Amino acid sequence: MSASALAVELRATRPIPLDVQLEVDSGELLALVGPSGSGKTTVLRAIAGLHRTRSGFVRCGTETWTCTQQGIRLRPQQRRVGLVFQDYALFPHLSALDNLLLAMDQGSVPQRRERAQELLSRVRLDGLEQRLPRQLSGGQQQRVAVARALARNPRVLLLDEPFSAVDMMTRERLQRELALLRRSIRIPIILVTHDLQEAVRLADRICVLHNGRSLQTDTPDALFRQPASPHVARLLGRHNVFTGSIVRADGEERLAWGALRLELEQPTGLPHGTTVSWYIPDSDIVLHRRGRPSLGERENPVHGTVAECVPLGAQTSVTLRCRHTDDSLRLNVATHAARRNGLEAGAEATVSLLRKGIHIMDKDGPDA
Amino acid sequence: MDWTAFRLSLELAAWTTGVLIPIGLLVGRWLAYSHFRGRGFLEAAIALPLVLPPTVLGYYLLVSFSTDMPMGQFWQSLTGQGLNFSFAGIVLASIIFNLPFAIQPVQRAFETVPMHLREAAWCSGLSHWRTFWRIELPLVWPGVISAFVLTFVHTIGEFGVVLMVGGAIEGETKTIAIAIYDRVQAFDEEAAGAMSLLLLITSFVAIALVYGLAGRRRVVSVR
Repeated sequence: MSASALAVELRATRPIPLDVQLEVDSGELLALVGPSGSGKTTVLRAIAGLHRTRSGFVRCGTETWTCTQQGIRLRPQQRRVGLVFQDYALFPHLSALDNLLLAMDQGSVPQRRERAQELLSRVRLDGLEQRLPRQLSGGQQQRVAVARALARNPRVLLLDEPFSAVDMMTRERLQRELALLRRSIRIPIILVTHDLQEAVRLADRICVLHNGRSLQTDTPDALFRQPASPHVARLLGRHNVFTGSIVRADGEERLAWGALRLELEQPTGLPHGTTVSWYIPDSDIVLHRRGRPSLGERENPVHGTVAECVPLGAQTSVTLRCRHTDDSLRLNVATHAARRNGLEAGAEATVSLLRKGIHIMDKDGPDA
Repeated sequence: MDWTAFRLSLELAAWTTGVLIPIGLLVGRWLAYSHFRGRGFLEAAIALPLVLPPTVLGYYLLVSFSTDMPMGQFWQSLTGQGLNFSFAGIVLASIIFNLPFAIQPVQRAFETVPMHLREAAWCSGLSHWRTFWRIELPLVWPGVISAFVLTFVHTIGEFGVVLMVGGAIEGETKTIAIAIYDRVQAFDEEAAGAMSLLLLITSFVAIALVYGLAGRRRVVSVR
């Protein structure tokens, strides 16, 4: 049995295909990301007992909530789950305080009231206890929903796109509050979101989901530097995913990319001629400065012509058509640097692909 | 003024609403939350009394209440009495022709309670029964009030079906609506006028009550 606080394995073919394995530790926040329809919400619902899957298990600490093999399926009421719905699902006829009190089943009535008050003040809703949900702003409603989810002393906190219904300013504030709040709750937290930035900002680990399958679960940094497959890289909105092959010349292993032979940090050990997909993050593409040597410019220099140069505020997105391959590199440079180096459509430019950033992926990966 | 007829009408309305409100809650909730083949057919059957001429409905009830037919036979074996021209008969007839008035407002009300509110209640540890009492019922309450008043008033005022099934037996099946007709036939305009006014006031107060109790919320009405 897994030592994780929450261990989930779900498999189903209908009505929504699922093939998901997750483990979340106490105090850890795992973000489930993926395009809409990828099954993120279904996974949460299955953990909460609101969705039945054909096979799999949901274990929380020493408790088994679902185990199709043993025929165990606890009802939602029997699982201590705090679930924050996308539109909060507050009880519209009950005050903020009563929304919380209804979810409490431990302690005497005065104790419950005290704890509900305490929870509401923890989410900064002092003085608004008697308001009905419709008398609260979107951000305040979300806070009531979070407080209600915690009111039952849950063993797991599940958040289904909790920031999608509020404006940008409120969203950032609520994200900050969640980041603060999670320090004081030592339970596994799963956050469903389609916003990668949000996932990166809040999560310890991110699980990429597509068509009901968990493709990769990793820390944000590892995920963005080393996606498991070209598919994951694309789902994460990464550019610079190319095809090449492993070649050996004079005993040195190189990555053949068009006419270029790129040096690698670590030998892959793949046989000569193996076709691979590879990826390089933005941060490891270094633009050579005009007339001045740049750090690492001897590493894998690539010459090309700027095909497109789109300033997006402080950053400029540059597409470089490479001279020795049919591919184009996409990189972000600071707008002032782009200007200083005369980057514009048609201009010549040279970049270096840093060895440490080149990530070789199996061409025949799980979803190639 | 035929106070016996008025009291009989109130009794009939009380029995009808008393039986129909639980039925309306059960069937209305079931129709709102479940999807099954033939649902449209069932809803159409429930709505039929809204469009059927009362005499047509009354005729079919009269036929099926007769002791030659299974329903009439069943009732007779149960109570030893026939259904036609009896108080029990007009109660049963009232229940049938008021089905849409009791079910539809409740069904519409349940349809406005989103599924995820119930799920939120379950995840908050509330049993299905407590979810019904604490979450669903308070939210569908305006629909239940609508159903109650519509059924009650409609029963007091129904003429055609009651006359067909019950006849006009004094103290047994002669309701106030029939008494009015009876008085008009006898050129007793004073009594007819008084009773009509009473029905008018009763109906107005009832409808005003629905709108008042439902508050500013939109009244859940029949289609």
